[in-house]
Amino acid sequence: MNSIKPTRYEQLIAGATSTEMILNIGPQHPSTHGVLRLEVITDGEIVREVIPHVGYLHRCFEKHAENLTYQQTIPFVDRMDYLASMNNSHAWVMGVERMLGIDKDIPKRIEYIRVLVCELNRIGSHLIALGTYGIDIGAFTPFLWCFRDREHIMNMLEWASGSRMLYNYIWVGGLFYDLPVGFEERCSEFVNYFKPKMVELNELLTGNQIFVSRTANVGILPLDVAINYGCSGPMLRASGLKWDLRRVDEYSVYPEIEFDIPTGKGEMGTIGDCWDRFKVRIDEIGQSVRIIEQCLERLQKDLKRTPDFDPRAKLPKKIIPKSQDFYIRAESPRGELGYYFITDGKTEIPKRVKARAPSFHNLSVLSEISRGILIADLIAIIGSVDIVLGELDR
Amino acid sequence: MGFEDIKALLINKFGEGIIVGEDITGLQPALIISPERIAEVCLELRDNEKTWFDQLSCLSGVDYGIEENMFGVVYHLASIPYKTQLTLKVRKYHDRSRDELPSFPTVSSVWKTADWHEREAYDLLGIGFEGHPDLRRILLPDDWEGYPLRKDYKVQEYYHGIKVD
Repeated sequence: MNSIKPTRYEQLIAGATSTEMILNIGPQHPSTHGVLRLEVITDGEIVREVIPHVGYLHRCFEKHAENLTYQQTIPFVDRMDYLASMNNSHAWVMGVERMLGIDKDIPKRIEYIRVLVCELNRIGSHLIALGTYGIDIGAFTPFLWCFRDREHIMNMLEWASGSRMLYNYIWVGGLFYDLPVGFEERCSEFVNYFKPKMVELNELLTGNQIFVSRTANVGILPLDVAINYGCSGPMLRASGLKWDLRRVDEYSVYPEIEFDIPTGKGEMGTIGDCWDRFKVRIDEIGQSVRIIEQCLERLQKDLKRTPDFDPRAKLPKKIIPKSQDFYIRAESPRGELGYYFITDGKTEIPKRVKARAPSFHNLSVLSEISRGILIADLIAIIGSVDIVLGELDR
Repeated sequence: MGFEDIKALLINKFGEGIIVGEDITGLQPALIISPERIAEVCLELRDNEKTWFDQLSCLSGVDYGIEENMFGVVYHLASIPYKTQLTLKVRKYHDRSRDELPSFPTVSSVWKTADWHEREAYDLLGIGFEGHPDLRRILLPDDWEGYPLRKDYKVQEYYHGIKVD
């Protein structure tokens, strides 16, 4: 195995000509939200090749999971994608529940609360993606606006779970707490406040001539390439495919909820360019608001809070799934989030856990779509991928 | 196409020996493929009009434990047009010696996704992939010793003079 044959990386570095320059972008570049180093071979301002180096944040999630029980791992799952912790723990919990065979017994109220907080978290995550994307392109206002609105979501989720970013709120078999009294009302208030703000946000960038010039026809990702590289989420949908695991796998209570799946249309340029990826996220926020409204309606009408309702009633005493291996996938804000479990049926500790992180796949396509572009466009492309490095290295 | 149909299709195309076993105890049945021919099988499953597994959802390297001395790779395939999923596995006995890694053919020519995933499996479990164009460590530093996800992994005491704990 350890033959002397040089790898592709070594060939690329050795093959750089005297007119080319090897440039490092990162490890800490403002457009990479986390620590990422890009080794770029450039000819003047033209990018010849991009080689991403990941692994700076590697905190050994899979190694940790070898020593922790299923319940104890939930906080570690939150730390992977710290911008969408709820979605991470939802996926994890669903996988464990399905292995235990209790996924059908979860009370409806709990399921609706889960979907509610997940969608709130999705909006928060997309707001960061959009706001910081504005900064990557050179606009500062969207950043402030997005963070202002996200703060409301953070406050609400903090109120529900007691923590600002790493919630540990969704548990196997239930929730840590029921929603605090008055949460539904405050959430409705937020929705009413947020709707006009969303229109403003949309007007601010979507049709902005400078923004369109910087993003349209840049970093075009054709659909077949996206599929081959395993891209998912907004990245895949922007390339024109209607593929959303909330609809495909119909998990939790999503089948009961109405929402659309936005896809890239290429309105300003070509299908699958940076502008499309931006637009898909904007549209998805709108759809998440729709889902939240429906959840709130159900929670306030026929799934009302009752004094004897215990969100931990279904919590299993011991979580020992029977011996099997299981792959669960769910739609996180960045795409398909998967967990692969191997259990031996004897202990509460999984034998092996592998996390399939959407950012990992989405970033791997970077070198494919950024050959022959300008360095400034490379920044636009990285921003449009919406990577979270904590999830990328896990 | 169901699980049995896919099995029949593979046996029809590659012969009886292609499937060396199956795992049907859990919720998701899995086929254990003869390790040498995994790349061909994947290519067939991707391109056959009846299966069309155009996306590789996940690729995981697995160390099956110290007693068994078994290493394997698990492939989770997804078909976007048919909305189906399939699990494939390959396994190999290996005595855990450092000099030679347990190795399987790469599927990175079938799905580009596998490129980084195989590098990760190499990095963390020490599984080699024949024909991989760029087999380097991906998450850990290039000069790290050992493969952390192996069950017999002992962490090195010092790394460049820094105490590792």
